[in-house]
Amino acid sequence: MKVAVLQFPGSNCDRDAYRAVKGPLGLECDLVWHKQTSLAGYDAALLPGGFSYGDYLRCGAIARFSPVMEALVRFAADGRRVLGICNGFQVLCESGLLPGALVRNNHMKFVCQDQPLQVEDSDAQFNSAKLGSSLTVPIAHGEGNFRIDEPGLEQLRRNRQILLRYSGNEGNPNGSLADIAGVRNTNGNVFGMMPHPERVVEPFHPNQDGLKVLKAFFSLN
Amino acid sequence: MSEAQKTEVTPLVEEELRVPITPEVVEQHGLLPEEYQKVLEILGREPNLTELGIFSVMWSEHCAYKNSRPLLRMFPTDKAEPNPSVGRILVKAGEENAGVVDIGDGWGICFKIESHNHPSFVEPFEGAATGVGGIIRDIFTMGARPALLTNSLRFGDLESPLARRLMRGVVSGISHYGNCIGIPNIAGDVYFDKCYEGNPLVNALCLGVLRHDQIKRGAAKGVGNPVYYVGAPTGRDGLGGASFASKDLSEESHEDRPAVQKGDPFMEKLLMEACLEMMAVPDLVVGIQDMGAAGLTCSTCETASRGGAAVEIDIDLVPQRETGMNSYEIMLSESQERMLVIVQAGREHELESIFEKWDLHAVQIGKVIEGDRMIVKKGGETIVSIPAAKLADDGPVYDREAREPEYLAESQSWNASSISDLQPEEVLTALEKLLGHPTIASKEWIYRQYDHRVMADTVVDPGHSSGVIRIKTDTGEKYVSIANDCNNRYCYLNPRKGGIIAIAECMRNLVCSGATPLAMTNNLNFGNPYNPEIFYMFREAVIGLADACKHFDIPVIGGNVSLYNQGPDGAIDPTPTVSLAGLIESIDHVTTREIKNGDEVFLLLGDFPDEIGASLYLQTQYELKTGDAPDIDLHAAGRLYDFTLEQIKNGRVHAAHDISEGGLLVTLSEMLFGETTFGAELNLNPTPDAGRIDALLFGESQNRIVLAVPPTFVESVVEAANDASVPVHELGTATKAPVFNLSISGKTIFQTETSKLRSIWDEAIPAYMSRI
Repeated sequence: MKVAVLQFPGSNCDRDAYRAVKGPLGLECDLVWHKQTSLAGYDAALLPGGFSYGDYLRCGAIARFSPVMEALVRFAADGRRVLGICNGFQVLCESGLLPGALVRNNHMKFVCQDQPLQVEDSDAQFNSAKLGSSLTVPIAHGEGNFRIDEPGLEQLRRNRQILLRYSGNEGNPNGSLADIAGVRNTNGNVFGMMPHPERVVEPFHPNQDGLKVLKAFFSLN
Repeated sequence: MSEAQKTEVTPLVEEELRVPITPEVVEQHGLLPEEYQKVLEILGREPNLTELGIFSVMWSEHCAYKNSRPLLRMFPTDKAEPNPSVGRILVKAGEENAGVVDIGDGWGICFKIESHNHPSFVEPFEGAATGVGGIIRDIFTMGARPALLTNSLRFGDLESPLARRLMRGVVSGISHYGNCIGIPNIAGDVYFDKCYEGNPLVNALCLGVLRHDQIKRGAAKGVGNPVYYVGAPTGRDGLGGASFASKDLSEESHEDRPAVQKGDPFMEKLLMEACLEMMAVPDLVVGIQDMGAAGLTCSTCETASRGGAAVEIDIDLVPQRETGMNSYEIMLSESQERMLVIVQAGREHELESIFEKWDLHAVQIGKVIEGDRMIVKKGGETIVSIPAAKLADDGPVYDREAREPEYLAESQSWNASSISDLQPEEVLTALEKLLGHPTIASKEWIYRQYDHRVMADTVVDPGHSSGVIRIKTDTGEKYVSIANDCNNRYCYLNPRKGGIIAIAECMRNLVCSGATPLAMTNNLNFGNPYNPEIFYMFREAVIGLADACKHFDIPVIGGNVSLYNQGPDGAIDPTPTVSLAGLIESIDHVTTREIKNGDEVFLLLGDFPDEIGASLYLQTQYELKTGDAPDIDLHAAGRLYDFTLEQIKNGRVHAAHDISEGGLLVTLSEMLFGETTFGAELNLNPTPDAGRIDALLFGESQNRIVLAVPPTFVESVVEAANDASVPVHELGTATKAPVFNLSISGKTIFQTETSKLRSIWDEAIPAYMSRI
């Protein structure tokens, strides 16, 4: 398994993601600059968090015009695995690889905290048998409020495309529709989530739930 | 004819700048008549308007430290007893944009704090955001990759809508800039006091990490080497910001809005990555300097001065984002996210290709030439020619008049007998008032808006005495701890003790996290230095800081002076904010304030003195800011730090928390507010027995730390404390049942559910901030 971590100009979790994949997961991994036009040779791509292009329009709205995105669309169409974390999730929604959109948090403030999540029984990789029924993974975003129209939500439910929901005593941290924290595409090869699994992978981190999430995504045991 | 008189300068090509330099024009530029005389002597002729503008910003308080330099000389800037393996000062204060300390194995940390007080008052969001941007540039200019941010904030009473508006704007400005660029904001201190209502303080710190061989200098060396302008284009924003920061705030300050810069964290992120990539190329960069205060002017003359050469730039080549800018505006603009880079001649393409990759401007605007001047050309003509070192380093320096304010002696002689002692049945209410005071209450409302986990190296989150990060080096891991402190009430009531205590408290915070303190940076926030009483307070506070630093061999590696912090209602309390960074040897030594099991024994290191003066309790209970600051014995402090660290390293400590604002009972309460809420069964047996209850529970006597120790280690810790001449008292135990029981000498004082106390502490600031 060889992983490409895409680097947009304003990516700021690229090095963290690279380190998590390379270190604790022990996979082969490269940082791939957004001006590259090919993803040949990679088995999976990871779009890290950050503020690609400064988010002057909507989060991720300009990044989808990056040269590497054309390659990514082909990559996804070939059935290869793609994971977007935080801003990466926003980019995947903007580029149409995932349904829905992420808008400003309902309380209008950035929020950084450990976030309890409920695991939905989505598919063979992402289910409570594999991940346990709940996880705690940090979130850090100003625009994580997931929105989709009613038929779209119905489709997500019917196809079991919802991966994770916000849970815990304090509940939904951003006003997200149906408490959605992460979704996948219908094919089950493109994943997006607001929480940051790469921040909970090492012994000194508050927990190691991020390892479980990344292993599930990469289908590792 | 002297050397100076020989320089010819062409009359300014810009018509609008060709005005006679009258005494009024000089005054508008904030230069005194004697300072203008010095300008005439240096030039050997009359300056033109652009040159006058250049002198005015370079000799402003902000850039020239003209009223503070004699005081700053009191700070130790190097180790008295250097340890060859860790803690050596690699770049000293004043040499470069920021100082560098050795953390061992060929690695160093570079850190500095800087204020953006006035801009934050006028435009809280942009003011605070650009404050963060400026300090980040100071750090990566040194070749270091920024690894953490902290900030010291001071606002008025949150009852005031203005204070709430300022806090909302400042916090979102810091959050916006830091989160975007992706540097974790892991610690800070926030105080609320009426004295900051018309003049909030926003002091931002950045710490970066680098190998010794990566240290870069801001010097223009090597005749013929090209000078590059990189980053954002120049606009009219921030015109004369350094001069703006050098006068009192007034009703008219909002008219100075053009002096507030606009920040673009995305641009800064690109600039940072491009510069770090460029500096990683061996021997490519000769010198690098950010364009901060006084922009192009400051970077040009400082690089020339440090390099002992002349720098010549052509202003027509400067990237501009507005049309029709004249030389005065271009030289004085404080547009953000710009740098000056001197590269090795012949290797220009290496720099250019890196900046092309990041889609940033990189334009050669000049070169290093023979001589010692800063030369600016426009349209082929020389329009500025000034000896660089004289401009950069020979600014006016004043020893101002100092006079002790009369209130000091009066308040220091205040006697606690003038207020009645607390009755046992009043203790719980008094504790609740303190826990609900924003200075003590949880700051989660603030730090939840900061991304404190990005980079995935955060070991201890904000909300503790110190923030801790892991640093991955090529050979292993290191742990850096950082804390900010300054109690304005102590400094207002006894500036010298206030300065000493700022250092002592900061050291206690580091020690409680398991760290050995290494070095200090400070931000000296005071009122108008031309007021002799304010200058007296300034001088006394600096003496206090310097004495404490010398005592503990803690060098000052850089900092910032912010004067003229006063609004129409008067000056702020003296606020010399300090920040210390320290090193934790092993991840196993990282300690926080939170009880872990609920069976630990509380040990007070230190005594039960009878001091209540200057306490926050006097404020919350009586609205009094009076009395003397607590006494402090630095030798006892040293024993306390050594002992605490030794116990932590021996693995005997589950939690450690220092006693500061709010006193013993606040410290103990906070130790119960962890991921789990615990209870406590406390019985205090003060010796001597006759003291006041308020001083016992809420007094802020110094040199005190509470340890939470597993029952099996109590005996050995107490014995070791006795051997080390550190006073120690058993206070009781933590309990799993979340009920707080307090007795004094066996007599019950109160019993309450911990969650009730915790919700007061948790909800105080959100409740204020939910109001308009």
